[in-house]
Amino acid sequence: MGPPMTPYRRPVRFTWWLGHRGYTLFVLRELTSLFIGAEAVLLLLLLHNLSKGRESYEAYLTFLTAPGMIVLHIVALAAAIFHAVTWFALAPKAMVVRVGGRRVPPPAIIAANYGALAVASLIIAWIVLGRIP
Amino acid sequence: MPDPTITLEVMRYGPGRDETPTYQSYRVPYREDWVVLDALNYIKDELDGTLTYRWSCRMGVCGSCGMMINGTPKLSCAAFLKDYYPSAVRVEPLANFPIARDLVIVMDDFMENLSRVKPWIIREDERPTSEGEYRQTPAELDRYKQFSMCINCLLCYSACPVYALEPHFVGPAAIALAARYNLDSRDRGSAERRDIVAGPDGVWDCTLVGECSVVCPKGVDPAGAIQQAKLASALDWMKSIVLPWGRR
Repeated sequence: MGPPMTPYRRPVRFTWWLGHRGYTLFVLRELTSLFIGAEAVLLLLLLHNLSKGRESYEAYLTFLTAPGMIVLHIVALAAAIFHAVTWFALAPKAMVVRVGGRRVPPPAIIAANYGALAVASLIIAWIVLGRIP
Repeated sequence: MPDPTITLEVMRYGPGRDETPTYQSYRVPYREDWVVLDALNYIKDELDGTLTYRWSCRMGVCGSCGMMINGTPKLSCAAFLKDYYPSAVRVEPLANFPIARDLVIVMDDFMENLSRVKPWIIREDERPTSEGEYRQTPAELDRYKQFSMCINCLLCYSACPVYALEPHFVGPAAIALAARYNLDSRDRGSAERRDIVAGPDGVWDCTLVGECSVVCPKGVDPAGAIQQAKLASALDWMKSIVLPWGRR
């Protein structure tokens, strides 16, 4: 008797996302969330130390100036920018806006997203700094 | 000078004969106007009649001849040899599907998903034909026309890593076809499709890799259909919270 008369299922390798640019960029975009998550944890720790008093807060600020932490922040910033740029580039797929019966062209949707980012950044700057930079 | 030739490395699998697929090389004449499907037909006619594959129209309409050509899902009737010559061309069955034999895949899963999204016009009450057709403006046609171009070739499923990793995912083409009917002004069936489109195996499985739209030979943009269905599903959910007594 030979092998069974069944269809063959090809295994999915762990490395499926290597060797194809589209898949690699997708997985890199997903992995940026690790750095965003790390930033969120650091921010929570900041609040925690702030609640414990001045000394603990200042010790935490000193900890943040360590070379490793600065490198982490630079990498996290790069990850956040990569995520934002690739995500905004995909926005027209989800947002189909019609004005006067015509579809708003995709570049205009992308530009509107950057516009919204700029407005949100200015509002946050205004809240934090008390003035618009 | 001898006539030029090109090599095809074709994946072979015989159920009951092979434990795992193997590759077989065939040397076929190289012609500038030949596509991979022409080369496969040459093999079938002249070299090896046991080679099994699906094809029908040879003009990108029937959607039968999808295969992995050098690792990319393509219609073999639209993959010209001249784009690969003089290198060898590797031909494999569409990825992410079980292989029935050689280049033929098992597509039962897709056929089931396709019927689950009810890809036909659903009316609350049918009008008798004597009352005439359901009329539609060009703008109304334009809303869904792109998604109606799908030929069920399954290249999008082959390009989708989510479908590879989550075999229960309804998948790009079936969701694009659900969107095609949901966006049709004559249709009243979006609530009937909601359980499957917005359900646990529906649009929220999609992580927007976007490759389905890249490989689509008809410009359907299933990734767009899925993201728009996510937006519609989220709005439906919000409406049900804000207006729980409203018509869903």
